[in-house]
Amino acid sequence: MFFTKDHEWIKVDGDVATVGISAYAAEQLGDVVFVEVPDLGKVLTVGDSLAVVESVKAASDVYAPVAGEVIEANGDLAAAPETVNADPEGAGWFAKLKITDPGQIEGLMDRTAYDAFLASL
Amino acid sequence: MSMNSVGRPTRPTLVATLPGAIPATLGGGRGLLQDEALIFEREGWDSSGVDLPEPSQDASDLGDMVRRAPIGLPGLSEPEAMRHYVRLSQKNHAIDLALYPLGSCTMKHNPRLNEKMARLPGFADVHPLQPQSSVQGALELMDQLAHWLMTLTGMSAVAMSPKAGAHGELCGLLAIRAAHEARGDARKRVLVPTSAHGTNPATAAFVGYEVEEIAQTADGRVDIADLAAKLGPDVAAIMVTNPNTCGLFERDVIQIAELVHAAGAYFYCDGANFNAIVGRVRPGDLGVDAMHINLHKTFSTPHGGGGPGSGPVVLSAALAPFAPTPFVVKRGEAYELVEYREGEAVQAFGRLCAFHGQMGMYVRALSYMLSHGADGLKQVAEDAVLNANYIKARLSGVMSAAFEGPCMHEALFDDHWLEGTGITTLDFAKAMIDEGFHPMTMYFPLVVHGAMLIEPTETESKAELDRFCDVLLLLAEAAKAGDVERFKGAPFHAPLRRLDETLAARRPRLRWRPELSTDVAAE
Repeated sequence: MFFTKDHEWIKVDGDVATVGISAYAAEQLGDVVFVEVPDLGKVLTVGDSLAVVESVKAASDVYAPVAGEVIEANGDLAAAPETVNADPEGAGWFAKLKITDPGQIEGLMDRTAYDAFLASL
Repeated sequence: MSMNSVGRPTRPTLVATLPGAIPATLGGGRGLLQDEALIFEREGWDSSGVDLPEPSQDASDLGDMVRRAPIGLPGLSEPEAMRHYVRLSQKNHAIDLALYPLGSCTMKHNPRLNEKMARLPGFADVHPLQPQSSVQGALELMDQLAHWLMTLTGMSAVAMSPKAGAHGELCGLLAIRAAHEARGDARKRVLVPTSAHGTNPATAAFVGYEVEEIAQTADGRVDIADLAAKLGPDVAAIMVTNPNTCGLFERDVIQIAELVHAAGAYFYCDGANFNAIVGRVRPGDLGVDAMHINLHKTFSTPHGGGGPGSGPVVLSAALAPFAPTPFVVKRGEAYELVEYREGEAVQAFGRLCAFHGQMGMYVRALSYMLSHGADGLKQVAEDAVLNANYIKARLSGVMSAAFEGPCMHEALFDDHWLEGTGITTLDFAKAMIDEGFHPMTMYFPLVVHGAMLIEPTETESKAELDRFCDVLLLLAEAAKAGDVERFKGAPFHAPLRRLDETLAARRPRLRWRPELSTDVAAE
């Protein structure tokens, strides 16, 4: 699992990447009340808005950590946005992307580097 | 104890003591405050405040369209209707009851003179489709207000019709888009700092622009280096609030304007905080091309609870030709509304609303301006800034200010000082309700952790500011002393206790339906 400075996580399996927000991000947002996941087939470049997550405190964009095409979106979140708080780095995933450039993963943080980044905030 | 001149106490003496726990009332009322059901949930729908004659039995022209079932509206007598709404109003907070310190909302006192003027029949009873010859006074008032808005901002034109701040943003960006398109240079992006009002990026996206965020410096201002890096030939505009939502003046505003103009873009300023600089700074002198003015904030017209607002937009010489219709012009001795895209309105991007804007707000705003005068308006800004800094200075010893140094019209604190107490910004705000004070703006701006944004406005006296600060300091001490219960369960003294805001947001019930009433009760 890799992380961005904007607190997205990405898990890669072959050329498919699952994307969500980190436990830290979910905790900072507070109770999530609404999630908008992307349409299937949407083609994203790095930094494009992949999803919108809204909590009692704020609405935030979730950015694509790598480029790719949306091949699956977590439709369960519409009815159960609380999953993002309950299991942010598991069942609370947002979308799966077919990656176009696996090399883009290289620039992201691993768990140790992300923990160090959080400690520096 | 205070005594009057004959030696009697000036405060009442209680003759009974409280039992250990206060018993719930038997019928639902609380201390002369009635429990009030929704108007649809009242018993008996058959009364009415007016006696209407039975309709004649003539054949209806509606044919199949004629209504066969009752419309399903409750019927109330006049006293029932009065009581229903007055009881609801008692559950609400109002600036006429106490300080209303919502940051960036500018909940200031609305002078009663404004209300008296707004109720003059020549202003209150006009109809927007009346012949212009019969509303010359109203048009003259609009023209005068427009004149003073341009004078106070140092700008060339003003679009009066926008009905709120965000509507004004829409107007400004439509003028900017029209100006770019008029010279065949349609652009794609709008830059917005991270501390912006949420309406800024929303407006830009609504107009069809891509929104890009500009970073903030450690001292809460626009990061000039980041701005310079993101400017380019496809940037249409920047949207900056000044003073910004951290309550800070953008010191580099002139440099921002120069960079933006050098890139061929326009400078939109969110004028929601104009009350902090009115009479002292003219945005036109800072290089601003378009700015909305919330009449309902800076010029005191009442707001909250959904309006009506009024957000005229002042425009620079570059954008003036693109101002929307209608606008008032004076020809000879007569005032005239220019309604169509011809003559001097030929480049107008169109119109924003059916008619001319919020007449009642115009009357109140002009009344406020003229009764204050130039020196009074300058003092408004000075006192607003002084009051906010007084609060910041008094609370900074216990609560943690988000940024060092003096602020403008609002004081911003973060939740650093609550660390380790188990109490959150939300808990602290709820406890303020128990103490009789409406909470400040919470969790905004987003760039500050657990933000608490306090805007006292200039209309609060030192005594009132002290009462507010005294209570906040007592609460802060209680929080630090571990009195967690006081906060976690608050409010204890409000008509309803802590509500489940998460459930309300996840499963909003926006409409009453008869079939729902039973399952609502069951939940």
